[in-house]
Amino acid sequence: MTATVEHAPATGRPRRPASAARIIARRMLTLPLVLFAVAALTFGLIAISPYDANSAYTGITGSISAQTREQINVAWGPDGSTLEQFGSWLGNIAHGDLGNFRLLAGQPVAGEIAERALPSLVLVLTALVLVLVGGLVFGVLAAAFRDSPLDWAVRTFSYYGTAAPSFWVGLLLLYVFSLQLGWLPSGGSVDVRAADGGFIDPVHLILPAVTLAITQQAWFTLYVRDTMLEVLRDDHVRFAEASGVRRVAVLTRHALPNALIPFITLTGTHLSELIGGAVLAETVFGWPGIGRLTVEAALAVDIPLLVAITLAGSVLVVLGNLVADLLYRVADPRIREGAT
Amino acid sequence: MTTLAPAPPRFARLREVATRPTSVLIAGGVLAALVLAALGADLLRPADGIALDRVLAPPSLEHPFGTDETGRDVLALSLRAMRVSFAISLLAASVALLIGVTIGVLAGTLGGWVDGLLMRIVDFFGSQNHFLFAILLVVLFRPVLGAAAAVCLSVGLSHWLVLARIVRGELLSLRERPFVAAAVGGGASRARLVVRHFLPHLGPSVAVAMVLLLPHAIFHESALSFLGLGLPPHQASLGNLIAAGQRSMLAGAWWISVFPGLLILAACVAFGTLGEYWRDRHQPRWRGELEL
Repeated sequence: MTATVEHAPATGRPRRPASAARIIARRMLTLPLVLFAVAALTFGLIAISPYDANSAYTGITGSISAQTREQINVAWGPDGSTLEQFGSWLGNIAHGDLGNFRLLAGQPVAGEIAERALPSLVLVLTALVLVLVGGLVFGVLAAAFRDSPLDWAVRTFSYYGTAAPSFWVGLLLLYVFSLQLGWLPSGGSVDVRAADGGFIDPVHLILPAVTLAITQQAWFTLYVRDTMLEVLRDDHVRFAEASGVRRVAVLTRHALPNALIPFITLTGTHLSELIGGAVLAETVFGWPGIGRLTVEAALAVDIPLLVAITLAGSVLVVLGNLVADLLYRVADPRIREGAT
Repeated sequence: MTTLAPAPPRFARLREVATRPTSVLIAGGVLAALVLAALGADLLRPADGIALDRVLAPPSLEHPFGTDETGRDVLALSLRAMRVSFAISLLAASVALLIGVTIGVLAGTLGGWVDGLLMRIVDFFGSQNHFLFAILLVVLFRPVLGAAAAVCLSVGLSHWLVLARIVRGELLSLRERPFVAAAVGGGASRARLVVRHFLPHLGPSVAVAMVLLLPHAIFHESALSFLGLGLPPHQASLGNLIAAGQRSMLAGAWWISVFPGLLILAACVAFGTLGEYWRDRHQPRWRGELEL
């Protein structure tokens, strides 16, 4: 961020700037609260639903060994009151024991989620970068050439991108670029023919990330466009224009930094949307991430695994908001200078 | 009551319609056509059953959307699926309406700690991913409610936040209006205030919110069905059709998945355009909350 940004004097009592330590402390304090709320909500739903851990593991035949029943009782709490069950369930979660998972057949869930989380994180962050770069470029261009065909095209594309089902967009891209043109692989995260494909092949990342970006870019592109239009009317921008600063410099150095400050918070809140979109994109392209694990768990009615994923998602959202708060502090000089 | 304003000129209503932006007129036309086609699916395109002599036929005059891998007409399937999608989305949006208005009215009328608590709950739900939540709900309640009702419940329970916020916001400003003070002075109870004075005023903003909620409901319903977590194949919605066409697509038959998706896109854009136009004209204060 350049030092040319000027701000109007703050009106009213100046807010006490939050130091980085305070921001981290505040978010970390909300983390257990959020997790408790998510756990309580999911447990409540499970309690009123017909789902029964014992019958879910035994199936229709009803044959179950005493040892397995014991394990289930340990995981889900003894046959006591609902509140007692919730207490013991919560205690297990706090110890990192999230229950039995049919799907994983006894593998530790933390390891499996961590293993699946990495590809998802790569996918979501790549899509986020695409959204931010694309939104920045096209949002600024649309604002600079307001009401031009370009502006119209950007707005229309954003609107239709929001309205189109992401899994359908993914299928279209897959059909065109993978099946017809043969430019890109159709699924998976690595080339299975390669002896040692490594972890993630960037070529495999393109289609899922672009799918996610196309259907999620509208909020940012339109946000940049609208804010730029507003900032371009500001006094300091008009002064810069009047004093003969080149148009490109006006846009990028005087208008853009001011337009960008609140977007960091928006990115934090949109992270959860991206995670939801990843479920569909990962399913279409067979991406081995959390999203596909979610669908696998849902199809297998593996409730403990679904709950574990929900909790992991909540942790991610809280952490995303924490990062956004910290970045916000870096980006906004009013907060930064006040703190040092 | 006498009105002093002059009577509106004849055809004023017609002129008002004719001067609407072209996009709004087109959206209205498209939506009307889609709804009529969905309702009249049996007349327009009777279900033709399996015909193995025309398997995976590309789009033609006889079969504008082509045929699927058992030779069924994709247009006929799509119209029926669209009817299912519309019906489920309407029901899901009604569930959201019921929950959202109840929470919003409670928060806006009772105020104080109830308001604080309910708004914290709304914020909490807003920070979580509503699609994961919808998946969990549908998995938990499908065995007891059946697929269709579970999808309605799941989409409704994950989409009421906007309605709650809007209803609460409307009530906060309504409460300050003189006619409310007059009603309270006249001895109206809280329940009477809500039923006679608050709810009628909520109509317009709630209606706009409902129109803009429908595309979300359509999308979420079709996404759940696409993943195999929504409706069963014999009640196929547009999402089921797209999923069913996925395999044929690998064999080069793109039309089974593409056309149902286009119908979703058209319906969502039409609902969005109409809803946002209506919002800008009558409820501009909810611009930030109500979007496609």
